[in-house]
Amino acid sequence: MSTHGVERPAVRSAAVAAGPDVLDQTDVGRAPVSGRGRTGSRWTAYVFLAPYLLLFTVFVLGPAFYGIWISLHNWDFTLPGKPWVGLANYTDLFSSKSIYGSNFWRGMKATGIFTLFSVPLLLLVPLLVALLMNAKFAGRNFFRALYFAPYVLGVAVIGVLWRYLLDTNIGLVNHYLGVIGASSTIPWLNKLPWAWIALVGATVWWTLGFNAVIYLAGLQDIPKELYEAARVDGANAWQRFRHVTMPGLRPVLLFIVSVTIIGSANMFGQSYLMTQGGPGNQTRTAIYYIAETGLKNFTMGTAAAMSFILTIVLMVVSAVVFFLFREKEAK
Amino acid sequence: MSDHSGRSDNAADPRLDVVNAGLSRRGFLGAGAAAGAGLLLAGCGGGKSAGDTGTSSGKKFTGTYTGPHVALAYWNGFTGGDGPHMRKMVDDFNAKNPKIKVTMNTIQWSDFYQKLPAAVLAGKGPDVAIMHEDQLSTFAARKTIIPLDDVVTELKFQESDFIPAIWKAGIYQGKRFGIPLDVHSLAQYYNKASLQKAGLTTLPDKDPDFSSSLDKLSAAGVGQPFWMPVHWPSHLMFLSLLWQNGGEPYDTANSKATFDSDAGMKALTWMVDQVKKGRSPKNVAADSQYTAFKNGKDAVTWDGIWQINDLKSTTNGLSWDLSFIPQIGDTLASWSNSHNFVLPKAKGDDNKVLAAKAFISYISKQSLEWAKSGMIPARNSVRDSPEFKTLPQAKIAEHVDALHFMPQIPGIGDVGAQTLEVAVQKAVLGQQDPKTALSSAAGQASKLMEANKSKFGG
Repeated sequence: MSTHGVERPAVRSAAVAAGPDVLDQTDVGRAPVSGRGRTGSRWTAYVFLAPYLLLFTVFVLGPAFYGIWISLHNWDFTLPGKPWVGLANYTDLFSSKSIYGSNFWRGMKATGIFTLFSVPLLLLVPLLVALLMNAKFAGRNFFRALYFAPYVLGVAVIGVLWRYLLDTNIGLVNHYLGVIGASSTIPWLNKLPWAWIALVGATVWWTLGFNAVIYLAGLQDIPKELYEAARVDGANAWQRFRHVTMPGLRPVLLFIVSVTIIGSANMFGQSYLMTQGGPGNQTRTAIYYIAETGLKNFTMGTAAAMSFILTIVLMVVSAVVFFLFREKEAK
Repeated sequence: MSDHSGRSDNAADPRLDVVNAGLSRRGFLGAGAAAGAGLLLAGCGGGKSAGDTGTSSGKKFTGTYTGPHVALAYWNGFTGGDGPHMRKMVDDFNAKNPKIKVTMNTIQWSDFYQKLPAAVLAGKGPDVAIMHEDQLSTFAARKTIIPLDDVVTELKFQESDFIPAIWKAGIYQGKRFGIPLDVHSLAQYYNKASLQKAGLTTLPDKDPDFSSSLDKLSAAGVGQPFWMPVHWPSHLMFLSLLWQNGGEPYDTANSKATFDSDAGMKALTWMVDQVKKGRSPKNVAADSQYTAFKNGKDAVTWDGIWQINDLKSTTNGLSWDLSFIPQIGDTLASWSNSHNFVLPKAKGDDNKVLAAKAFISYISKQSLEWAKSGMIPARNSVRDSPEFKTLPQAKIAEHVDALHFMPQIPGIGDVGAQTLEVAVQKAVLGQQDPKTALSSAAGQASKLMEANKSKFGG
């Protein structure tokens, strides 16, 4: 692709400079087609992009800029007055006196804790599952479907399901823990660190199928010859994994890492349904608090400002991830 | 926005109710949450003035509707066992008033309160609706609903027809915004079989006898008798006990939170003591206290009177009864709320307003049917009727003077959800002592109230 892009204009301009005769000569056989294709391609590309760009502008770009506008006002859409406050919504969030600020940063901390514990598990566990699923054994497709199954459920379903399973007093998990002689009074959803264990555990169970499928696709893309060559060279299983599988997975790893981080940082439904942000507000994530502030209390200016701060943080984190992976490739 | 009827932000999601109990307990008062969406980028509406809202219409209501055929959109949140009763009343009204066609639209309370302002602002709101008493001022300040003083005059409704406390509760800034249909409070539900094991037939209605009876129940081997909820309705229990000790949650005049008073301390300490003294297990999960009661594990529980029908229909062979909550403090008091008729900002069709008045007048007077859904009619004539006296909640209705309502402060529901409910939760979980929890929450609540005051204009 890139070589064409670089070379063609050069050829063409040389041809044009040399006059029509040369042009004919140079382009023998493909000149009319490629010439039309070239001028056409500039517009065709935009025509093909247009529907997406239109939707992107209407549903992402436009609202995003509208959101910036909202964040500069004291915005409650139900009230007639929406006074301009400049950057006050942002500066408030960094002031220790503001109640929105302290709650928001507590939410950011909760989001951070959740991301910190869920991302490593969501990178590792699905990899192990994918490695298992990539092996040849009877009923492989059944197990592949089994591990992927929870992912098709909505957050409402898994939230309600785990809320009942993990109920302190009448839940199945505590019941069976009691049956096997362990503590049967673990406050899974009511106390820390149990609430985080429950939320991270449920999330890993729920979403590991997605990452596992991506890993599996990556594994199947690694040429068998590489493994054979490694075997011939006397590499053991671990060495084959370390020197063939891991490098082969690097392209999908970048995707999985960034998607998983962003997904975890956007966690809302699980704590909303399972712990209701509790105990106290300790599992109320940033998104949870933004939704409460903007969509229930209608303090939309402040909520929009929070959203942008979260967005900026996520952009920085994503940039760091990309940077780290580029470093590795350079080595 | 969330906390009409004291329903907590932190309480169970309304969607859970369907699973939780056939006659959705939160579906009834429900609400709170359902924010649902994630990042808030696109606002709704925007920039336009809500405009002024004066009186309901130019035409006067004279007792019957005589105008042309008219269709009324009627919105409410009766998604639980209360819905069928309301639907029956609406059908009866439609049958008796051929010129008016009322279409009832029932939406989860949480969604209802979220949708209503946007719908009204867009001119697509209902013609008449039901709203909880503790939400009136918030929506009045948002100009979603209009004053009803002229409606009350035309319908010849007056304070002496109703429970005085709820009649007065519908007034915000000197204007009436709600016409009460019912009141509903907490009740104490008890398992008669468990009581029998401890040699009791009923529970004492006062402390310290009440507490010692709980200990008798423990001693009789019925397990921990009084599970203290961490989530819903723990804040309603706290508010009830706060009022019992002579406190008030908020100082309306000065926009300050006062639930960290001595009365609040006493209230919360008593609640925490139930756990400390072993009458309740620690860390009761959301709704467990109620599920445990239904399964006979928990002998006594406080919950809304609207649970009556749920207990009737979903407990097989459980022998239970209910009473007013006991007097723990200096006076008898219980948190309560009320369903109120409201008129959303008019669309300018006087006939619709007249028809809505006819509808309110009819339903208000027929509220006996409504009482069958577990409510206490706000109208004295209905409450005094012999038919009502046969209903279980008539026992609660004997103490209407002890019912306390949330003050009309715009945005107060959300303030309570962010502060008071969190403080109660932290104390009951044993994470903070009542004093620390309450005073830090009250400080935050005062700040939020100050912010709301400037937002809503006092």
